[in-house]
Formats: sequence, C-alpha cells, structure tokens
Amino acid sequence: MKNENFNDRNVSDDYFKVDIADYPTTGWGKFKRVIDRTFKIELLVGLWVVLREMFKFNIHTVKYPEEKMPIGPRYRAVHEMKRLWESDTDRCIGCGLCEKICISNCIRIDTKIDENSRKEVSEYSINLGRCIFCGYCAEVCPELAITHGGEYENASDQREHFTMYQDMLTPLDKMKAGKQLEFEGFGAITPHEDERVKKTPLAY
Amino acid sequence: MSSNITITIDNQEISTTEGEFILNAARANDIFIPAICYLTRCSPTLACRICLVEADGKQVYACNAKSKNGMNITTSTENIEIERRAIMEVYDVNHPLQCGVCDQSGECELQNYTLELGVDSQSYAVKDVQRDAVDWGHLHYDPGLCIVCERCSTACKDMIGDNSLKTIPRGADPLEAEYKESMPKDAYAMWNKLNKSLIGLTSGEDMLDCTSCGECAAVCPVGALVDTQFMYKTNAWELKQIPATCGHCSAGCQISYDVKHTSIENSDEKIYRVMNEWNYVSLCGAGRYGFDYENRVKAKDEVAFAKAVEAFKQADTIKFTSTITNEEAYILQSLKEKLGVKLVNDEAKSFQTFLKNYSEISGTKLYSNDLKATHNSNFVISIGSALKSDNPNARYALNNSMTVNKGAGLYFHPVKDPIIEGLGKSIMSVSHAPLQEEAALYLILDLFGEKEKLPSEVVEYLASFHSEKTVTVTETIKEKVIEIVKEMKVNEETGEEEEVEVEKSKMVPKKVEKEVVVDDNRLLQILGVDDSFMEKLEKNLKKKDTFALIAGADLYNHPNSKNCARLLALIEKYSEFKITMIPALTNTLGVSLICELDDEVGSSVVGYNTKGDFTLSALGDGDLDMPAINQQEGTLTSINKRVNPTNAALSYNGYTLNDIANALGLDSSQTIDYTASLPIANGFKAVDFDCLPNHYDNDGVEHRGYLLENVTTKTSADESVDQINEDKLEGSLIYLANPVRQFNDFTNKTTNLDEVSGVYMSADYLNSSDFNEGDTVKVKTNNGELVANVVSDNKISGDIVILPTFDTNLNSEALFSGYRFNIASIEKV
Repeated sequence: MKNENFNDRNVSDDYFKVDIADYPTTGWGKFKRVIDRTFKIELLVGLWVVLREMFKFNIHTVKYPEEKMPIGPRYRAVHEMKRLWESDTDRCIGCGLCEKICISNCIRIDTKIDENSRKEVSEYSINLGRCIFCGYCAEVCPELAITHGGEYENASDQREHFTMYQDMLTPLDKMKAGKQLEFEGFGAITPHEDERVKKTPLAY
Repeated sequence: MSSNITITIDNQEISTTEGEFILNAARANDIFIPAICYLTRCSPTLACRICLVEADGKQVYACNAKSKNGMNITTSTENIEIERRAIMEVYDVNHPLQCGVCDQSGECELQNYTLELGVDSQSYAVKDVQRDAVDWGHLHYDPGLCIVCERCSTACKDMIGDNSLKTIPRGADPLEAEYKESMPKDAYAMWNKLNKSLIGLTSGEDMLDCTSCGECAAVCPVGALVDTQFMYKTNAWELKQIPATCGHCSAGCQISYDVKHTSIENSDEKIYRVMNEWNYVSLCGAGRYGFDYENRVKAKDEVAFAKAVEAFKQADTIKFTSTITNEEAYILQSLKEKLGVKLVNDEAKSFQTFLKNYSEISGTKLYSNDLKATHNSNFVISIGSALKSDNPNARYALNNSMTVNKGAGLYFHPVKDPIIEGLGKSIMSVSHAPLQEEAALYLILDLFGEKEKLPSEVVEYLASFHSEKTVTVTETIKEKVIEIVKEMKVNEETGEEEEVEVEKSKMVPKKVEKEVVVDDNRLLQILGVDDSFMEKLEKNLKKKDTFALIAGADLYNHPNSKNCARLLALIEKYSEFKITMIPALTNTLGVSLICELDDEVGSSVVGYNTKGDFTLSALGDGDLDMPAINQQEGTLTSINKRVNPTNAALSYNGYTLNDIANALGLDSSQTIDYTASLPIANGFKAVDFDCLPNHYDNDGVEHRGYLLENVTTKTSADESVDQINEDKLEGSLIYLANPVRQFNDFTNKTTNLDEVSGVYMSADYLNSSDFNEGDTVKVKTNNGELVANVVSDNKISGDIVILPTFDTNLNSEALFSGYRFNIASIEKV
C-alpha cells in the first residue's frame, strides 16, 4: 500500500469546515471582540431556556439526594465482601489475587495462619481514593467473595479513603434475613456454566 | 577422566562430556526437557518418568541415561507426548484444588507442567485415602498436596546426609486392573508406585530431629512441604528478591532475601524468607531460617556519632570480629594506616599466621581446593573441624562425594559425631585424643604421601613408626569335602526304586589359625584406632582417584599450629590431596588478606561487634549502632576463595563505618567505593561492586563475584617439620563449638533459630555422669570459669563437653587459651 492512502485523511465528502473567523491579533481587534461578546444578548438565550422550563413545571431531573436512580445489578461502585449461603462464613480465602491484579495498586491484604491451621485474612484494606472501579478484583476472585456493590456515595475530605474488610462484609443480620444480593457483573458465573464443564471422573 | 563428546539433541549438535546425563547436557545448552524429580548434584530418582526422550531410537529417561559420542536424541515423539500427558493427568488425580491458599502460590511445578502439557481433562481416577497434614516442627507436611516425587528425601540423603525422610506406605486401594492395559506404560508404572507411597520420617517419630536445614522444603515442587515459619504469611509473588550472600559462615552461600512490607499498617520492609538456587547450592538451617538479625535504627544518633569519632581519635586499638564485609575490613586497615592504631582480631590473626606458615612450603598464598571440587572428589578427609557446625556446606560436600561419586571419607576429630557417622558406611571416624592432630597429619602423609619425593627426614621419621609384628590371624577358608550319600533312585531297567551310593563334593568353611608377619604402624596406636582400620581403609580406597582434604580451626589454634600448617603443605605438595581450609567466621579469609593484624590489645580500645571501651555494634547493644550484614552492600570472601557480592535487603537509617572513616579524614561517599581498591597483591581484583554478578548458569557454572587469584609466594628450601609431641589432653575435656544452626551472636538474635545456650553434653555422658539436663553447673579451667545450664545434645556422642560461642553472655572463649580443647572441672552448683 502506498503512503498516500494513509496521508489522505478526508474519509468522507460529508465533512465540512466550520466557518470560524480568524483570531484577532491586534489590540484593536481584541477590544472589538470583547465589546461584541458583552453587548450581544447571547447570555440571555441560555437564561431564557431555564426560565421557560421553570414555568412549565415539567422537570426531568432527579431530585438528588432526596431521589436516587435505581442502580443496575452490574454497576461497579464500592466493593462488597460476600458470605457463603451455606454457613454464613466469609467467602474470602485470602488468596491475594485481588491484591495482585489491582492495577491502581490500592488493595492490600495481610494473612496469617489461624488456630485450625487454615489461612486467615488478618487485615484487608482498599484505598477508594485510588481505586478506579475497573472490576478486575471482582473478576479475578475465585470465590465470588469480593464484588462491586451499588453504594457510590464515597466522597471524602481526603484523597486517601480506606475501607476495611469488616465494613465491606455483608452484615450478619442482612445475611440471616437472606438479603445478600449476588453480583451479576464481572466475575459472576455465566449462564449454562454446568453444560460447558467437563466432569472429572471419580472412583467413588 | 571424562572426555568431550558431541551429541545431537533435536537436530542441535552440542558438546558435553562422556557419561554426562542427557538431561544435564540438554539443560546446559538451554534445551528444555520436562523433569520433576531430578535434582542436579543428586542421584536420579526415576520417580516422575516425565523426562522420557528417544535416544538412538530407544526410549530412555534423560535423567539417568548417559551420553555417548554421536548419540542422536529426540526430546519429543508422539508416544512420548502421550506418556507425558498421561503422567501429568495422573499427578492431578485427587490433587486438591486449593491453589488459592497453597503456600507455593504459583511457584508450583505441578501447575507449570499441567499447563505446559495442556492437561484440560482427566481420564483416570482412584479412591483417595485420608491424608492429614502433619506438623514436623520447623516443617509442615501436607500429604494431600504431595506428588511423591521424592525430591525431599533425595536431597536429604544425597546432599545433606541426614537421611531423615523416606517414602512410607500410603495404604491406598490398588489401581483398577484395566488401567494396566489401557494406560501408557510409563504413566501406569509411575502411578502404581505413586499410589503406594507417601513421605514420612525415617525415625518413625512424630517430630523431625535433624540438622533442620529446610532444604527439603526448598526443593519441594508443590506446597506439600513448607517452612512452618512461612505458612500463610504472604504470597510468593508479592516478594521482592534481593540477591545476596549468606553472612553467617564462611561458605558464602548464594541466597536471596525475599522482602515485602511488614503489614498494612507498617510499610517498613521485612524479610519473609530466604531462598536459594537449590540445584547448585544447599543452605543450612542458619542460612535459611536465620534472616531477621537486622539492626533497626530509627534515626541517626548524632551525639553517639560524635562520641564515636572522638573515641577513634583517642583509641590505640580497634578490636573486631570477622563478621564484616571486605570493604569494612579495608576501611579498618586504612584507619590503621591513617591513625596508627592497632588492629586486633585473634581468630583472623591465627588463620592469617596459619596461611603464612602454610605458604612457606606450598608456595601459594592460599589453599588450592574449594568445596565444589570437594563435592566432585571421591575420597575426602576432614581434620580438625567439627564439620557439621563449623561449616555445614563442607559436610554436604563430604556427604555428596560419598553418595553420588561412590566416594569414601575419613573424619579425624576428638568429638564423636553421630551425624557424620550416619552419613554412610564408607565414612570412617577417628576420634583421636585432642592435641594429636599432628599425628593424624603424619598418618595422612604416611598413607598417601609420595615417599620418593618427600624430604628424606620426613620419610625416615615416618619409617620409625613402622615395625613388624607377628599376629595370629584366624582365616576362614573353604575346604572341599567329599562325602558319600545314600540316595533313592529309580532303576531305569527295572523301574523300581533302589538305594544308590553317590559321591558328592561340597565346600565347607573351615577356620584356620595362621601366624602372619604384618606391618605395625605406631601412628595408628597414637590415634587410638583398632587393627581393622587399615583393612577397612584399603577397601574404601578402591577405585578412588580424586582426593580432597578439609582442614579446620582446631589446627589454626593448635599449640603447634605452625607445624600443622607445614604438614598440611607437605600433604598438598607430595600427595594427591588437595586442601580446603575452613575459615572460622564469615569473612575470616577476607580479613586475613586485607588487614595487617596485631597481637596485643592496647590501653584504649574501640570494639566493632565485640566489647571495647567504645563499642560499635550491629547487634544493637553497643554505644553506636552499625548495620548488620543483611543491611549492607559489600563483598564477603568465602571458603571457595570467591569474593561474593551481597546486597542490602533492608534499609538502614543510622551511621555506618564509612561515615566514621569520612569524619576521620578518609573520603568515600559509599562503602562499596572501596571494592575496587581491595589489595590486588593478595589476589583481589580491581572490579567495581556494581560489576559483580551473582547468579548461576543453567549448567551450574557459578557467576558470583570473582575468584581470588592464588598468588604465588616465595618458598624457602626448608621443608623440615617438627616431630610429634605425644602429649595428650586427658581427663574431663571441653571443646569450643556451636550446635548446628548457630554460628555467632547474629544467628542467636534471630527468632527462628531457637537453640538453647548452655553446656552441651551427649546422652552417653549424661548417662554415665550424675548430671541431668537442666542442672546448673560450674565449668572451671586454668583460664576461667562459667556457670550455665546443662543441655542434652543428641548430635554429639562421647565424653567431651561442648561450650558454644554463639552466646556472648556465656563468654566461653575465656575458658580457653587459643586451642579449642581444654581440660576442665565440671561440678554442680
């Protein structure tokens, strides 16, 4: 292929150039532009739209924060830590994959050996000030333990804003009431998973 | 010796040596052959069978098939791929899917090979058995994860010599009969064996009682064997690996400190574990578990620093230990030249003098051998060293030469050592009386020296020990006896049975007593060995062609150390033995080559890691803090005559020796600026620190720092040696040595090495005396006394009591006058 093919950037004939007057370069020209902008009533055009809609009483905006839009089940806001339905215990096994995959490096996890010789998460933190809510942690989690939730109000007066494990964990009363919601976004089980898995033979 | 040959692997011509295993030849040339159970430097186990290759049209195992000239090898054929895939499927049978919480955390060879061979489905099954995880003390074994590759037990037997692990029955159901027909042959054979075994302790007890090196956990390809201290602490991928050199003993092993922030709250880095290139270097317990000896300092203490500078200005002596880097030693030497102070380091001084005496005859500044050559030799003598604790790597070399090279060994030491005796049948221990090291050296000269070349006085002197004696020997000979036996036979003509007399001859053993004139060697008597010694030695010496000798610190501090050094030089010169000397502490060799050392301490002393009027200490107990070796950049000179670089694993916020030196008029922005200035005349090279490599090649070639040049020295024609002084130390004896895994205050400071300090007594000694473990005893010699608790040590036997040096509070050196043995009275308090 020849270079011209690349250099010709007129993809379509539908393109047209916007008619923009040249910027004034002299002092007099600049002064004239200021006067023009100040005394033409461009400002009032916008104000008129607001005024008109105000008297129509047909408001389309949501009255946030009194009103909130419903959030989709795949929305990626502040993380949640899920519990197992069977036993109400934490799903997190402390594998550390979320810490590894996090591209903004905002997850840290400390683990230790517990009294039953099992791996236990001793501390877990996410720096929400740094989190870009990309969803990788939820996607990589082998236990569907860390997911995103619908809670997006995490404004804070500091850039650093940590959330700890216990704050993200489904509260026990909510769990007991059967109100833990499964996340349908990244990392969730896809439909027809069973049909796609090849079973391992078992001797018993 | 083996010769160079050419073989072809996958159409690639490579040159290797005759008899080299195909796998090693391939690895040396970056050709990949999958292998799980093979460990370089150990004997092939043949457990995994995955290294199948086709050599000259025949399927062989690359790990134990030897290369022959012109061999044509294919690493992959259709059948081999089928076998390999089946083998990996078998390894995955019943393997728990708990990779998320496994401490191997991705450094898993099972995972790697499963993916490499594309195992995406499973065709085999067998009923699993209950396999509970067990705690073996410093190790944790999870048989559920174990693939029984036997790397742990192979390393323990062939390299370490403890023989603590073996395979034990699994107790599983037999495999279904149809598999025998339907499965690939090698995969079935491998599975059949795998399904019958697990790893267990040789002793049959619940807890491991070995020299606790942790090498088994390091070589484990899966997460079955892990260090208890590391369990669930962190994922391997979070760790930053700092290439370094172990700072505990003179072996200078290659290690990497694996560091990560301490916790979420504390972002200070912390060492989580120590790893090694286990195919080429084996660590001891101190190196592996003794890593947290850093000296954490919050900030620079300016007041103490000013006092330190003042103390240096006023001092007339700097006293120090050899647990410092070459660069620090160089700074001390420069300070000596600048300030005119004396440098005192008794232990390095005795080694320096010993080397000097040795080189007067040998003509080289340094000994000729190293531990790697000792690994590859097949007859090894150790003399004057409590090998297992003085330098564990020297013990591994001795053991490795016996197990892999079918070698044999001789271990001269007054303290009986069950660990050394347990290395195998072909090691002979001679527990001579203390002070008789010279006799042992003369014996080596007598047995192995070339009599035609040795100085005539020595030959005459050696001959004076020999006499003839007549002994009565009972020999068992086989005699032919003919006897007549009656047998029933069927008469062919009549068809009836009748009695026939048959003559039968048979060989019957018979004992005969004979009088034989034999050679009587009085040296053997002096050393206290029995008559069977020579016979056994002759048997052990068959087919031996490479000889190595390891000499230890007992000789350097011997009252006649000069004579010992000269005898060693004669052995080196006039026999096939090549000598390695064990420097007593981490950098004793470096210090003795860099510093001019003095004998006497002056009136005002600055101590570095040792007590002085003003003390600099990396232990954190002195007047001014110094960085420990894991917080320093620098080089350490090892027993292998190698200048190894080490890096700072942890940061250090305080003052260093270089800061003091700068305040005193030297000028260098960093300690490592001195690396290129180390004395070339003594074998060092003018190489910058940043140019020093620290790694191994795939063929095992060591690229770590550089080798010291063994500088030739002037020799005098005088090769005379003194005769043996037959004085023996007798009575209640004490010996200065550390227990396994302890070397000095730094190992004592670490949390994982929890050896109890005290007066070590063997079980035999405790049984025959009225001491009990835990008794407080007073040990008194001509030089001093100490009070400590009795500790029972099952890694020694015999009657010699051992006092450790790793605990300075004990101050056991004060009981000795140089020589590591002394007579003491021990009584209960």
